[in-house]
Amino acid sequence: MIEVKNLKKSFGSNEVLKDINAFINPKEVVVVIGPSGSGKSTFLRCLNLLESITAGHVTIEGVDITDKKTDINKVRTEVGMVFQQFNLFPHKTVIDNIMLAPMRVRKLSAEEAREKGLELLRKVGLKEKADAYPDSLSGGQKQRVAIARALAMEPKIMLFDEPTSALDPEMVGEVLEVMKQLALEGMTMVVVTHEMGFAREVGDRVLFMDGGYIVEENEPKQLFENPQHDRTKSFLSKVL
Amino acid sequence: MDFRFDILVEYIPFFVKGTLLTIGLSLVGILIGTVLGLLIGLGKMMRNKPIAFLCSCYITFFRGTPLYVQLLLIHFGVVPLLTGNTNGILASIIALSLIAGAYISEIFRAGIQSIDKGQMEAARSLGMNHVQSMKDVILPQAFKRMIPPLGNEFIVLIKESSLASLVAAPELMYYGRALGSQYFRVWEPYLTAALIYLVLTTSLSYLLNRLERRLATE
Ligand SMILES: Nc1ncnc2c1ncn2[C@@H]1O[C@H](COP(=O)(O)OP(=O)(O)OP(=O)(O)O)[C@@H](O)[C@H]1O
Ligand SMILES: [Mg+2]
Repeated sequence: MIEVKNLKKSFGSNEVLKDINAFINPKEVVVVIGPSGSGKSTFLRCLNLLESITAGHVTIEGVDITDKKTDINKVRTEVGMVFQQFNLFPHKTVIDNIMLAPMRVRKLSAEEAREKGLELLRKVGLKEKADAYPDSLSGGQKQRVAIARALAMEPKIMLFDEPTSALDPEMVGEVLEVMKQLALEGMTMVVVTHEMGFAREVGDRVLFMDGGYIVEENEPKQLFENPQHDRTKSFLSKVL
Repeated sequence: MDFRFDILVEYIPFFVKGTLLTIGLSLVGILIGTVLGLLIGLGKMMRNKPIAFLCSCYITFFRGTPLYVQLLLIHFGVVPLLTGNTNGILASIIALSLIAGAYISEIFRAGIQSIDKGQMEAARSLGMNHVQSMKDVILPQAFKRMIPPLGNEFIVLIKESSLASLVAAPELMYYGRALGSQYFRVWEPYLTAALIYLVLTTSLSYLLNRLERRLATE
């Protein structure tokens, strides 16, 4: 579904991703962990070209997104993204946040988009907030709206960049619950997170990144209980 | 100091006419200036280097030279070149619009750049193209932030439009000066003009304050 080959990314002279090779299978939940500054966000953002790729190839559903001829907007409709800072549109109500892209990009009518939006809001438990503005929501509610907004495009893959890191502790659970539900429904997901419990319970595979490389990858149980590399061990000893 | 109300009364119709033209000049200036400012501001942000450079030159010139000089250039140079005649009102409108455009383009750019970059990223990540993202996500938020500085620019323009009297556009200061030279008086015409400008600018800033508070609570 996603194949990453020799991916490199530099910001000026700072090479942040050095040589990333990875694949993500359909319906797989891949969790990315690693210390701050190791390139996790950059890796994720290369998958939908929010960062330009310096070298290497990323193939999504057989389409090489590094190819100049690829319609990147089309690719992005298939790859949803959820940000740490939610990035809801503050000037639009919750339902309008969700309806915007399906109407503009998928050319749905307002009624169709609203119907789908309300259904998604019901799914994330926020139907009664449809007409509220984002500013009036709690962090956990905002993030659930952001997830619903991404899902409204009916993506085949969902990317999550530390979706619970900006939340008060008591709101982390409600967001993880929605993500878990999504995973159970068979969504292909790449999740950068510090929530090791989620990685263990929901993840099919864990990638450990450090210094711009994927140092180690394995099933969660294996990786957490029997890490092979020293760097993995020292990272895990700090976070577990 | 004696204050002659009788000549003021005589001049009331002129002050009214002048004030209307002052309002008209600054209103047209701010409207055309806003459209110009949007275009120039967008142009300066474009990746197309020659266009961005031209827009920068425009902004540098109009912000870096006195309005009075611009006004004379336009009145005695540009307008006759275009129409064959001088025309104080036309020259004033052009000069005020052009200088407002230069300042507003910077207001506009600052407004856009003040929007968190996560907004554009979220829109793009949903598959919206650059133009759609600008139109539906960035500009509506930027416009809201532009209202206070745009209002300030309007106030500045009301005051600066007084220079139009120097190219014989019959606005408020034009009649003030006419009264002054007809009767050899100083206080009556200029204090009256000052008072009228004050009424215009303070009521505008009052309206702006209310609008800002309305927008803030929305
Ligand atoms: N837009 C950018 N311009 C320049 N350098 C950047 C940019 N984005 C990221 N970097 C640098 O790239 C490196 C990796 O950043 P990245 O955000 O991918 O790390 P991360 O693993 O997500 O860290 P964190 O856990 O703190 O989110 C950092 O050194 C960062 O300073
Ligand atoms: Mg990060």
